[in-house]
Amino acid sequence: MTGSDSSQTQNRFPAGRLAFPHRDLTGIGQLERHEIFYLLDQAEQWVELNRQSAKHAGLLGGMTIINAFFENSTRTLLSFEIAGKRLGADVVNMHAAQSSVKKGETLIDTAITLNAMRADAIVIRHGSSGATQLIADKVDCPVLNAGDGQHEHPTQALLDALALRHKLKERGESGEDFTGMTITICGDILHSRVARSNILCLQALGAKVRVCAPPALVPSGIEAVGVEVFHNFDAALSGTDVVMMLRLQSERMSGQFIPSEREYHHLYGLTKARLQSAAPDAIVMHPGPMNRGVEIDSEVADLLDRSIITQQVEMGVAIRMACLDILTRSARGVEGWV
Amino acid sequence: MKQLRPLIITNGTIVTPKGMTEGAIRVENGVIAAVGSGIAAQDGDETFDAGGKLIAPGLVDLGVFAINKPAFHFGGITRAALMPDQSPPLDYPSRVNFIAKSGKPDLWVHPLAAATSGLAGSQLAEIALMKEAGARGVATGRGWIADSGVMLRLLQYAAMLDLVVVAHAEDGSLVGEAAATAGEIATRLGLPSAPAEAEALALARDIALAEMSGARVHFRQVTTARGFDLIREAKARGVNVTCGITPAHFMLSDLATADFRTFTRLSPPLRCEADRQAARVAIGDGTVDVISSGHDPCGPEGKRLPFADAESGMAGAATLLALTLGLVRDEVIDTPRALELLSTNPAKLLGAGAGALVTGNEADIAVIDPDAPWFVDRTKMEATSDNTPFDRQGVQGRVKALFKGGVKI
Repeated sequence: MTGSDSSQTQNRFPAGRLAFPHRDLTGIGQLERHEIFYLLDQAEQWVELNRQSAKHAGLLGGMTIINAFFENSTRTLLSFEIAGKRLGADVVNMHAAQSSVKKGETLIDTAITLNAMRADAIVIRHGSSGATQLIADKVDCPVLNAGDGQHEHPTQALLDALALRHKLKERGESGEDFTGMTITICGDILHSRVARSNILCLQALGAKVRVCAPPALVPSGIEAVGVEVFHNFDAALSGTDVVMMLRLQSERMSGQFIPSEREYHHLYGLTKARLQSAAPDAIVMHPGPMNRGVEIDSEVADLLDRSIITQQVEMGVAIRMACLDILTRSARGVEGWV
Repeated sequence: MKQLRPLIITNGTIVTPKGMTEGAIRVENGVIAAVGSGIAAQDGDETFDAGGKLIAPGLVDLGVFAINKPAFHFGGITRAALMPDQSPPLDYPSRVNFIAKSGKPDLWVHPLAAATSGLAGSQLAEIALMKEAGARGVATGRGWIADSGVMLRLLQYAAMLDLVVVAHAEDGSLVGEAAATAGEIATRLGLPSAPAEAEALALARDIALAEMSGARVHFRQVTTARGFDLIREAKARGVNVTCGITPAHFMLSDLATADFRTFTRLSPPLRCEADRQAARVAIGDGTVDVISSGHDPCGPEGKRLPFADAESGMAGAATLLALTLGLVRDEVIDTPRALELLSTNPAKLLGAGAGALVTGNEADIAVIDPDAPWFVDRTKMEATSDNTPFDRQGVQGRVKALFKGGVKI
């Protein structure tokens, strides 16, 4: 980080207060705008490091991080594992089929077990909303939410913001925040924790957020969160600077929420032709994994100048490094982080 | 235990359906012998000085899921109607008979017979035999009966037997696995939710069926503005329906769930603030007939889970009276109306000769200090479980003495 960057960082939070006063990261909803900025700014140094051939920082040497994933995940788990390892921590992954947890040991017993093993940070993914908070209340170490049910997935929203900021800077725009921008999130909003976290994060950074989906996939009362709801994708795209597509879970495809993939693609698939409705040079994002040909066409996903889908993955590691660094500072005795 | 000596409770304000009067109440052989201002103790009477407090009928708690005698006695409850959702369900005469005797002598439990075998909603249970075994009503249980044909035949049969049908008003197919009411809070929390209209849909159907069958239908919990409108309109047309509510739904809205606290996971789920306000109006204007505790204790195994995975229900017997008296202080209702909601109306629905301090009724009497302040403290709660959403809340109103059939508990 350059000197000017850090002075900006300092200006962003009120004097006399901690830059990041939380022990856990359970959701974007708990964060103030300046705290989001702080996390993003702190991640920049790790973006730099990750682009070098020697990607190791020994900051968390000797610490143990447990990735407790009660729900299947490949990329998020990998991203957290890499982040922890690059910071020098010992990373252990725990896969637990959710059904066995439901039947036998309670989630709280699992949490107490992890706690007894003296983890220095626990990363939780769980299929039930609020599970991370439940665990955070019972353990002594920082807890990071890697996705809880349909509630929040805060690191995803932060990495999306960081990827977007990088793209804007690359284009010569300031990219500091997203004031004046219109961002459309399209897809299964109802079941999406990514959408919820992103709505909160993007709004905190100044963007106007639209959501677009068939009515059955729009959660009731979402307008109260401050978004504009669209059912017509072309109308939603009009004037949109960033299009964020969500993965359509195939298990929702059985005629319960939408009739078929084909029909969904017809109405809500992001095609090259449809992208014309958006603002010129509109940026395309997707949290992955993509269903090519369902919610997004390959020729859009692979547009080098428009799609930042791979950059999102890259930023994921940096954001998770920043989160692990910041949340363990108190335990590491970093000056000023009691 | 039978009452041996006649008892006179003096120096109190007697709460009767007609209002409040200063005076005394005399009890002989477990039955109220005289009520009023001119009553004096006779030779050999045992005397209890009410100390200027309220003398009220013991509470009749309609639709509880478990019996915890200490909690019920703490809350002034002398009779409770037990829901059939037991393990195994109350769908067999011998089980009903056992339950009917289980609380005597100091707490009378009135079993509600399962409407359908195993509460599965498809085959009618042996309701007439269960009535003979002591059932005071029929209940659909925690869920609603999805099949309208079964529900109609149930209501016709219950009408023939003159048993009240206690129904759950939520359209099951709309509710599904929902843990919350659809709206901003559920959306922010990412909880599976169902629209509040699930209640109105269920009510509309069952009111129509009640009208066709002539059955007495009591909706155990009505919680939405639309629901109260349907009840109001049905009553105005002369349909034989009544409805109840628990303190949770007039005290709390879905905002209380915002920290994923599973003690606020209820069935039906907490509603929006506008519905809570509508509930208070409906209690005030007479639309609501019964306030019950919905007592449903649940141990940590069921509650120390993520919100959507947790069991629904709250322990409520100990707090029912104090929270209802809160409505009196808020000037939603007056004291006689509070006791009508807590005692008189539920006793009437169950056909129990109690619930009002009139001559000839069972001497189930609570001496209540309506102003005595206390804190709800779940660590001290007199129950096998402590799942109250009102922990640490300051309340007023406490039972000073409780008599069942003229015998002090």
